[in-house]
Amino acid sequence: MTALAQVLVAALLVIGGGFALVGAWGLVRLPDAMTRLHGPTKAATLGVGAVLIASMLYFWGVKGVPSWHELLIALFLFVTAPITGFFLSKANLHRSWDRTEIPPPPGPGNDWATFGDEADVAGTERPDPR
Amino acid sequence: MTAHAPEMALIGWAVWFALGCFGTALLLCLYRVVFSPALTDRILALDTMTINVIAALVIVGIADGTPVYFEAAMLFAMVGFIATVGFAKFLLRGDIIE
Repeated sequence: MTALAQVLVAALLVIGGGFALVGAWGLVRLPDAMTRLHGPTKAATLGVGAVLIASMLYFWGVKGVPSWHELLIALFLFVTAPITGFFLSKANLHRSWDRTEIPPPPGPGNDWATFGDEADVAGTERPDPR
Repeated sequence: MTAHAPEMALIGWAVWFALGCFGTALLLCLYRVVFSPALTDRILALDTMTINVIAALVIVGIADGTPVYFEAAMLFAMVGFIATVGFAKFLLRGDIIE
C-alpha cells in the first residue's frame, strides 16, 4: 500500500512538473496574445492539479494522515482560472486588436457582447477634464 | 529540506525533479514579464508565476512532510486572483473600484 502510494506520488509529481514546463514554454513561444492564453491554463489546471493530488496522496497514503487542504486550493484555482482568462481575453480584445480584425460573430446583425449596443460601457467614457 | 529515509528515495527524486521544472517555468514566466509584446501578456505571466509558486510551496510541503505550507499556498492563490482581476480591470476601465 505504501509502496504503491509512493510510486503514484512520484509519478504525479513528475507529470505536474512536465505540464508546468509545457505551459511556461507555450507562454514564451506561442505567436500572438490570444494563443498565449492557452499555455498557462494547462499549467494552472493539469500541472497544479497533479501536484495537489500528489500531496493529498502523500499525506494520506504514506504519512497515514488524511489531508483535505489541497482540495480547497484546487477548487479555488479551478473556479478562478476561467475568470482571469475571461478578463485577460476581454482586455486583449479592447486593447491590442483593431476592431476590423476581430472575426465576425455568427448570424446577421449580431455583434460580440462586449462591443454590442447592450454592452456595459458605463465608466469607459472619460469625463471632461475642464 | 529534511533527508528522506532510504525507502523514500523515489519521492525524494520526484520532488527535486518537480521543483526544477517549476523553477524553470518561473524563470520562463519572468522572461515573459520583462520582455513582453503586450501589457496583457505581462499580467498573464504574473498570474502564471503565482500559480507556479503555489505548486512549488505544496512540493516543499511534501518534501518536509509538514502541512504548514498550505496556508501560504492558499494566500498566494487568493492574492494572485485578486491582483490579476485588478490589473485586467484597470486596463479595461482605467479604474479598479468605480
